Amino acid sequence: MKNKKIDKQLIKNIAIIVVVYAVVAGLLYGGFLTRQFRSLLVPVCINVILAVSLNLTTGFLGELTLGHAGFMSVGAYTGALITMNLNLPLVVEFPIALIAGGLMASLFGVIIGVPVLRLHGDYLAIVTLAFGEIIKSLINAMSVTNGAMGLSGIELHANYKHFTFVFILTILTIFAIKNMVNSRQGRAVCSIRDNYIAAEAVGIPVSKFKVMAFVVAAFFAGIAGVIYGHNVGTLKPTTFDYNKSIEILVIVVLGGMGSIKGSIIAAVILTILPEVLRGADEFRMLLYAIVLIAMMIFNSSQLKERILANDIVAKFTKVKKEA
Amino acid sequence: MALLEVKNLGISFGGLRAVDDFNISIEKGCLYGLIGPNGAGKTTVFNMLTGEYLPTDGSILLNGKNLVGKNPAQICQSGIARTFQNIRLFSKMTVLDNVKVALHNEFNYSLASGILHLNKYKKTEKAMDERALEILEVFDMKEQANTLSSNLPYGQQRKLEIARALATNPQLLLLDEPAAGMNPNETAELMDTIRLIRDKFDITILLIEHDMKLVTGICEQLTVLNFGMVLTTGTPDVVLNDPEVITAYLGE
Repeated sequence: MKNKKIDKQLIKNIAIIVVVYAVVAGLLYGGFLTRQFRSLLVPVCINVILAVSLNLTTGFLGELTLGHAGFMSVGAYTGALITMNLNLPLVVEFPIALIAGGLMASLFGVIIGVPVLRLHGDYLAIVTLAFGEIIKSLINAMSVTNGAMGLSGIELHANYKHFTFVFILTILTIFAIKNMVNSRQGRAVCSIRDNYIAAEAVGIPVSKFKVMAFVVAAFFAGIAGVIYGHNVGTLKPTTFDYNKSIEILVIVVLGGMGSIKGSIIAAVILTILPEVLRGADEFRMLLYAIVLIAMMIFNSSQLKERILANDIVAKFTKVKKEA
Repeated sequence: MALLEVKNLGISFGGLRAVDDFNISIEKGCLYGLIGPNGAGKTTVFNMLTGEYLPTDGSILLNGKNLVGKNPAQICQSGIARTFQNIRLFSKMTVLDNVKVALHNEFNYSLASGILHLNKYKKTEKAMDERALEILEVFDMKEQANTLSSNLPYGQQRKLEIARALATNPQLLLLDEPAAGMNPNETAELMDTIRLIRDKFDITILLIEHDMKLVTGICEQLTVLNFGMVLTTGTPDVVLNDPEVITAYLGE
C-alpha cells in the first residue's frame, strides 16, 4: 500500500514538472516572453539549485551557513576556465565543466568541513562567512582567474537558449537532494539537527555526516556556479560576496527551513520580484524589502495556517505543493 | 565473566572530584539499579560509560574490552545504548524515523543508491520499516508510527526513547530515570515494560531511578552512590535497610 502511495506521488511530481516545463518552454519558444523575463529563466533555475542545496546544510543539518556564494564562485571559475581552455564541442565540454565545477566546490566543502566539526551555531556561521570572503580574496589575487578584472568571453552554454538543459539540471538537483534527505544518510543528518547528543548515542558518526552534508551542498552550489558563469558570460570576484550568500539564505528562510518545496517557490518569487518591481524606480529596493517583511510575517502567521486549512485552498495547494 | 566490569572509575572537573573510585560488576541478564541522592554523580557515571565524558582514571570493560577513550557512537556500536534524564528525541522527525535513525548501523546502503533510489535502497528501507515497526509494536506504539515525536504525550516519549535505544541492538541498556515525571499507573506499566524488554531482547539493564517503588519492584542488584563514592552494593532489601543509606537520603 505504501509503495503505491509513493508511486502516486512520483507521478504527480512528474506531471507538475512536465506542466511547468511545457508552460515556460511554450512561452519562451513561442516568443511570448519579453527580453526581461527571458533573461530571468536561468537565474531562477540557478537560485532554485542554490536554495535547495543550502537547505541541506541550513534546514536539514541545522547549521547556519553564510558562505554558500563561496562554493558557487569556486564552481563558476572552475567551469569557466575549463570551457575557455578546452575548445571542445558544447555537448562534451559543458558536462565536463559542470562535473569539475561541482567536484572542485565539494573539495572546498571538505576544507570547510574541518572547522565545522569543532563549531556550531553562531560561531560556525561567522566562520563560514569568513570562509566565503577568503575564497573571494583568493580569486581576486590569483592570475589564473584574472584577479579583480575577472573572466569575460565565457561561452554562453547555459543562457536562455539552453533552457531545457538547465531546467533538467535543476530538476535533477531537486530530486537528488530530496532523495538524499529521505535516505539513511539524510535521516542521520536530520537527527544531528534535532539532537546531536542523542544522534551520537544511537551510533551516528556525527562528524562524518556533518561533513557529508557540507560536501553535497557545496557540490550543487558549484554546479549552480558553472551555470551562472555560462549564462552571464563574465565573472567577477565581487559577484560572490556575502550579499549573494545572504540572498540565498533569505530564500531558504522564506521558503521554510527544511522544506524543499518552500525553497523552490521562494526562489522563484524572490528572483522575479526585483524585476517586477523595476517599474517603481528608486523605490524598488524599498518595496522589495517591504514585500519581504510582509511575506516573512505572513509565512509564520495564523492567517496562512487558516488559509491552508480552508477546503478549497487545501485541494489546490495539495496538488501544487507536491513539487 | 561479568558483562560490564567497571574498575576504579573516577572523573574530576577542575578541582571537583565528581566521581571517585567507582566499581561495579554487572552480570549478563541482570536488572541493576544505581541510586543515590541528587548530585551524587549517577548521571556522570552514565556519561562516562557512554563516552560522553572521558574518565580521568579507571577502566570500563564490556565483555573484557576496554571502552575508555572511545566516542559515544563507537561505544553504541560496541553494545551500550542509553536513554536520557531529560528526554532527547529527534523532535522534528516521526516516531518511525526516530527508530530508523537508530537502525542506521545495522542496515547499510551507499549514498549513491540512496540518491538514485536503487533497488538496494528500496529493499533495505523496507526491511528497516519492518524492523522499526516490530520494535514499536513491543511498546504498543505502532499506531503512532507516523506521528511527529514531539507531539507524543510525555509517557510515550519516554517509551519511544527506550525503543530507539533498543533499536541499536545493545547488550547493555542504560536507563536514566525512566520513571521521572510519570504517574503511578504509568510507572507500573513501565515496570512491566522494562521486565518485558529484558526477557524479550535478552539484554542487561542498568537504571538510575529515584522512584523506590520501581527500584524495589524490579531491580535485582543495587549500588548506592553518595558524593561520588559507592556507599554500598547488594540486593534491594539489604541495601535499603542499611543505616548508612538511610542517613544519606534522610540525613542524621
